[in-house]
Amino acid sequence: MSAAKADILARVRAALGPSPAVPEIPRAYRAAGSITTAGSVDLFCERVAEYRATVHRVAVADVPATLRAILGDSARVGVPAGFPDVGIEVVEDAPLTLDELDALDAVVTGSALAIADTGTIVLDAGPHSGRRALTLVPDHHVCIVEARAVVPSVPDAVARLAEAAEQGRPITFVSGPSATSDIELDRVEGVHGPRVLDVIVTS
Amino acid sequence: MSFPAAARVTLQDSQLRRNIGKATGLIRAKRERAVAELPDWEALRDAGEGVKAHAMATLPEQLERLEAAVTAAGGVVHWARDGAEANAIVAGIAQANGTDEVIKVKSLATDEIGMNEALGEAGIRAIETDLAELIVQLAGDKQSHILVPAIHRNRAEIRSLFERTIAQGQSLGNEARAIAEAARVHLRSKFLTVPMAVSGANFAIAETGAVGVVESEGNGRMCLTLPRVLVTVMGIEKVLPSWQDLEVFLQLLPRSSTAERMNPYTSLWTGVRPGDGPAEFHLVLLDGGRTDVLADAVGRQALHCIRCSACLNVCPVYERVGGQAYESVYPGPIGAILTPLLRGLDEAPSLPWASSLCGACYEVCPVKIDIPSVLVHLRGRVVREQKSSLSPEALAMKAMAAAFGTRRRYEAAQRLARLGRGPLAKAALPGWTAMRDLPEPPKETFRDWWQHREPRPAPARSEVVGGDAPPTGSPPPGASSSPPATAASPPPTADSPEAGA
Repeated sequence: MSAAKADILARVRAALGPSPAVPEIPRAYRAAGSITTAGSVDLFCERVAEYRATVHRVAVADVPATLRAILGDSARVGVPAGFPDVGIEVVEDAPLTLDELDALDAVVTGSALAIADTGTIVLDAGPHSGRRALTLVPDHHVCIVEARAVVPSVPDAVARLAEAAEQGRPITFVSGPSATSDIELDRVEGVHGPRVLDVIVTS
Repeated sequence: MSFPAAARVTLQDSQLRRNIGKATGLIRAKRERAVAELPDWEALRDAGEGVKAHAMATLPEQLERLEAAVTAAGGVVHWARDGAEANAIVAGIAQANGTDEVIKVKSLATDEIGMNEALGEAGIRAIETDLAELIVQLAGDKQSHILVPAIHRNRAEIRSLFERTIAQGQSLGNEARAIAEAARVHLRSKFLTVPMAVSGANFAIAETGAVGVVESEGNGRMCLTLPRVLVTVMGIEKVLPSWQDLEVFLQLLPRSSTAERMNPYTSLWTGVRPGDGPAEFHLVLLDGGRTDVLADAVGRQALHCIRCSACLNVCPVYERVGGQAYESVYPGPIGAILTPLLRGLDEAPSLPWASSLCGACYEVCPVKIDIPSVLVHLRGRVVREQKSSLSPEALAMKAMAAAFGTRRRYEAAQRLARLGRGPLAKAALPGWTAMRDLPEPPKETFRDWWQHREPRPAPARSEVVGGDAPPTGSPPPGASSSPPATAASPPPTADSPEAGA
């Protein structure tokens, strides 16, 4: 054990005293599974649209056409390695270099789950989400959210992500495009990270 | 400088007052709306307080669990007793990786330990990437708020600052968007090329080793993902016991700080993940006075702070003087208790008095830190530990304690006091009387009146209880001019009609 670690732990123990009282943690808030899932998809679409993301609700079969409408025909589009075919021409992140990522016009990914209450999309570095740089460097992110992956609340999401957390996967919560309120408290969208966010909700 | 002296300076800055007043007013209203949406807000606050208290009470165990989990995931954990040790560790990692530049995510802990300056002395440039921190850094200025550190700066000032520095030769216009765009362009090249980043952390989970950063702009994601080496400096009080605890803080923090349902980006990472993110991760656990805070049984709740800044936004003192008057990285109500506890009471003895004790901070604190109680506790500590026992205030208190000691002394003191309340008192306690009026002494004290009043006849036994016995003697001095209530009738209450009125 390093000297610094030993010193710090000794100071902590001395500060707490010989038998510190360990309080119970009251968890009377709305727990995972306590909120109805009815209406979650509607609520999610409403909330994420409030963040100036564009929401498209389509059937799975219509995803390719929707992507073409969003991206146009000549866009250079990246997807996670091994991503299922989405009916448009794409570049797989197998992996791409930083310059190649920077040269993409857009990136299309799936997601791990979405939170209705807060309009949040969660990426978990799995095969649908892709690695983190992929959804960070390109300026336009098109994210596919399956309706059955929408959960009502933050506690629901945290519970569902416990396994990914145990596996040590990096997890990113995305709630709208990037923003700052540092200039006179005027909210300005799009500082770093994708300035355009399209969300396709499939059922 | 003492707080009153520093405040006197910043009170002159009308732009600062206007900006801060506007900013805090807006955010206060937004926060209330965000919080009102959750029917279980109070239960969340209780849970937040409970988790933090539990974490502090079991801190040695939580820190060891965290170290084990981060190490198992390929990270390296360092321990730093103070800022100097932490800065040396960070500089050492930069030098080992052959870089003279690091990109930074906003981190109050690194500001607290003066990391940028220390790295500068070691020949390493620390580049702030948070927009407000960039503004403050370029202007050679100081932060005025925990969450929006450059709020004291107007758009026009920021624009001309950028045109002088990162956007030379350009004319940016007055739109906030164009100003933000200049920052984006300037920083993007740094994100894509600088090999090392330094961040703070909002929390770290002992159970899984996950470390988390909550942000809005995306510069955090850039710094946490793109460089080869990531160093996170985190105060030891930020550790949370279990993954489940995130469900509490990811609700408490965004709604309390930016007053949103959720902030744009929250990043959670564990150690090193091959093919995704930095190849090297270092976690520096910083004491830096936190064990001193922990040692104060009343003050240790200050360690529960999640740095949301809700208390700043409701504080009538902060609203008028701004953050710089506190001369600390932590201003406002939380700063008034945390700064003296972290640095030592002798370093910031006037801060516990930087408050009217209105309690608004306690009401909005998402983890229920009882700031007013800690302020009063610290005032007591400062008086006992710092102030000389020969100060006029201390001597006056001793004299009063003696005077209140026996009845005879008290009555004698009363007579003396009647003589002394005029110019004598003002001369003896100028500080006390500068802002307060001493009440006019009565012509006759209550005791004197009581002793000299005429005795009253006992009521006749045949009279019904509740009947009126005639009043005797003149009313005591200072009594109201309405007819006196007699002994037999009950005193007027709010519900019953006033007797004799």
